[in-house]
Amino acid sequence: MNKPCLSLAAAMLLASPAFARTITVAPGADAQSRLQEALIDAQPGDTVQLAAGRFTLTDGLSLDVNRVTVRGTGPATTILDFKGQKGAGEGLLVTSDDVVLRDFAVEDAKGDAIKSKGADRIVYYNLRAEWTGGPKATNGAYGIYPVSSADVLIDGVVVKGASDAGIYVGQSKRIIVRNSTAMLNVAGIEIENSYEADIYGNVASHNAGGILVFDLPNLPQMGGHSVRIYRNTVDANDTANFAPKGNIVASVPTGTGVMVMANRDVHVFGNTLTNNATANVMIVAYRQPFKDTTYNPLPRNVVVRDNKHGRAGWEPGFPGGAQLAAALGGSLPPVFWDGAGGRGATNVQVREAVPVMTLGLAEPSTPVSDAKPAPVDLSGGPAIVEPKPVVLPASMEDAIK
Amino acid sequence: MRFGAAAIAWCALVSASATAPVANDVILSEAMPQRLSDFHFFDGDRPNAGVVAYHLTTPLFSDYAEKDRYIFIPKGQKAGFDGDGKIVFPVGAAIIKTFRYGVTKIETRVLLHRANGWVALPYVWAGDDAVLKRAGTRIDMTVHGQAISYAVPNVNQCKECHASDGAIMPIGPKAANIEAVQMTGLRKAGMIAGLAKFVPMPRWDDGAAPLATRARAYLDVNCGHCHNPKGAASNSGLFLGWTMTDRTALGIGKRPVAAGRGSGGYDFAIDPGHPERSILIHRMQSTEPGIAMPEVGRAMVHDEGVALVSAWIKAMPTR
Repeated sequence: MNKPCLSLAAAMLLASPAFARTITVAPGADAQSRLQEALIDAQPGDTVQLAAGRFTLTDGLSLDVNRVTVRGTGPATTILDFKGQKGAGEGLLVTSDDVVLRDFAVEDAKGDAIKSKGADRIVYYNLRAEWTGGPKATNGAYGIYPVSSADVLIDGVVVKGASDAGIYVGQSKRIIVRNSTAMLNVAGIEIENSYEADIYGNVASHNAGGILVFDLPNLPQMGGHSVRIYRNTVDANDTANFAPKGNIVASVPTGTGVMVMANRDVHVFGNTLTNNATANVMIVAYRQPFKDTTYNPLPRNVVVRDNKHGRAGWEPGFPGGAQLAAALGGSLPPVFWDGAGGRGATNVQVREAVPVMTLGLAEPSTPVSDAKPAPVDLSGGPAIVEPKPVVLPASMEDAIK
Repeated sequence: MRFGAAAIAWCALVSASATAPVANDVILSEAMPQRLSDFHFFDGDRPNAGVVAYHLTTPLFSDYAEKDRYIFIPKGQKAGFDGDGKIVFPVGAAIIKTFRYGVTKIETRVLLHRANGWVALPYVWAGDDAVLKRAGTRIDMTVHGQAISYAVPNVNQCKECHASDGAIMPIGPKAANIEAVQMTGLRKAGMIAGLAKFVPMPRWDDGAAPLATRARAYLDVNCGHCHNPKGAASNSGLFLGWTMTDRTALGIGKRPVAAGRGSGGYDFAIDPGHPERSILIHRMQSTEPGIAMPEVGRAMVHDEGVALVSAWIKAMPTR
């Protein structure tokens, strides 16, 4: 055997654990302790196989072992039911690396449905996270909630009823959210304080807001940037905002399609944006007072182009919106920018076949009542390079082949 | 007081009976002993040789359970201090904490310092020994007249509170939170060496100590293990440790980030002068999963703790 072959064999040996096991857990009596024990006993390389049926759980579950796959028989057939949950802040918590979650559902978690924190290279595939009583302020905050992680893949998940965001990625880097459906949440998909994200091929419908890209102050990771939102369907986001007040998404107007706030290098293109009563696309600054001198509240280098627009703007859901619409002949244009900071500081560019408006707000904190709305041509400006496609480690794509 | 409580503890350990010594090999092995007695930490109810009781000035609230805390240091070894005044234990050391109501022991949590890091194991009492319950359990009981589902944490939940940068660590004991007489005792027993720099914490319920320092001590012990830049709640940006000085990080005028319904409809973690609309108080007052803080380890509201932190917020100048 020559040397390259030898090192290849060694690499394969390292990559595939000799004793990868499958630990099967079925629903029934003591599901809580049997499933939690399986998640504790799993060794790197193991699969925890969840049998079909409804697991009645009384507490949050957690996984803290690297390289474990948790796999059900499908999001309609393997159900983790947290209706009777008595403790913990989420249904399932993952705190280890290289974990694959696939083919099951989490229902009625008291807090977040599935959270992963500091869990690098996590894969969420073919999952359902749902609050079965429909949209309610008493539902948990997030459905799929990776945070403080590098390399995140979310593919083919369905989230319904989250009282904050259905799919929420926070303070992470290198993220793909694709082929997923978010319905009846306050926010469908939200990317917050994160770097390098591709959001494509998703459906965001009947939320209060469809897809949000935000940056907030006073957090360990700030300066969100490099996000591409493309080939999504963002339609009829018409569920009245039901977020508990105080949370940033409570300020998202019902009827928002795509909203970009205080981020840079965000590109929105090739989407179908229809039936959003406030706007199909809003580009705005963070409006609250803050003391953090390292925080930039303005959107910068944002490109909106080549989207297919349907009806929008007929019932703007923000304070003063109705008067604004009346002044403009009954509705707002499908795309608007708040104008804060001016063009020089923001370089917002819109190249669409539909009208674009600026609210003409001088500063992020200028009240909407002082808006000087006007049509605006944002098609020019210094060239903005589109972020490169996000490429995740091959092991992550392989996990769902 | 010439003969302090600590001195009495040392006498007890010196006169330990002829029972088998603490099982150093079990502490250091990869094993997950099924029974607490496998460690020989105790000779009946008395600590075995090398096992020393200690008390915290301000303890974590755990549904009004009383706690007996012990440190085990292998013979001939010493603990030291890190730059934050936290005790640093040698490999082979253990921290043992028994939760009880009166004479009824409920559980004993053990932290073992093994060669490749700390391991946390929860044991639940049944008869005269306690049995390992790695997946945790729930025990229905009545405490202060209130029926509760007492939660013994699973090993992952142990780590949620004990994690620092993803690795398991003792939360303390911090020198700042151990009574001076005990520190002297540990030193005299040759179990600890070195000097710690710290500002001592007051007793949270010592009416003679300043309100602000008592509230800060309470928040450090009850919240700071997750709410610190390396803890399980690092992403919140809300940092409640004893030495934190940034007012926004402490929650003053800080808006929620991922609180969801935990916000209770309020705008700020701490709204100065207004405990009734501070998210911190809202979450301390709740026992509902998804709202209640801490997220694990509490099925009851600590009314006295809520009163202390409320009084501190109430006394803050309004904005």
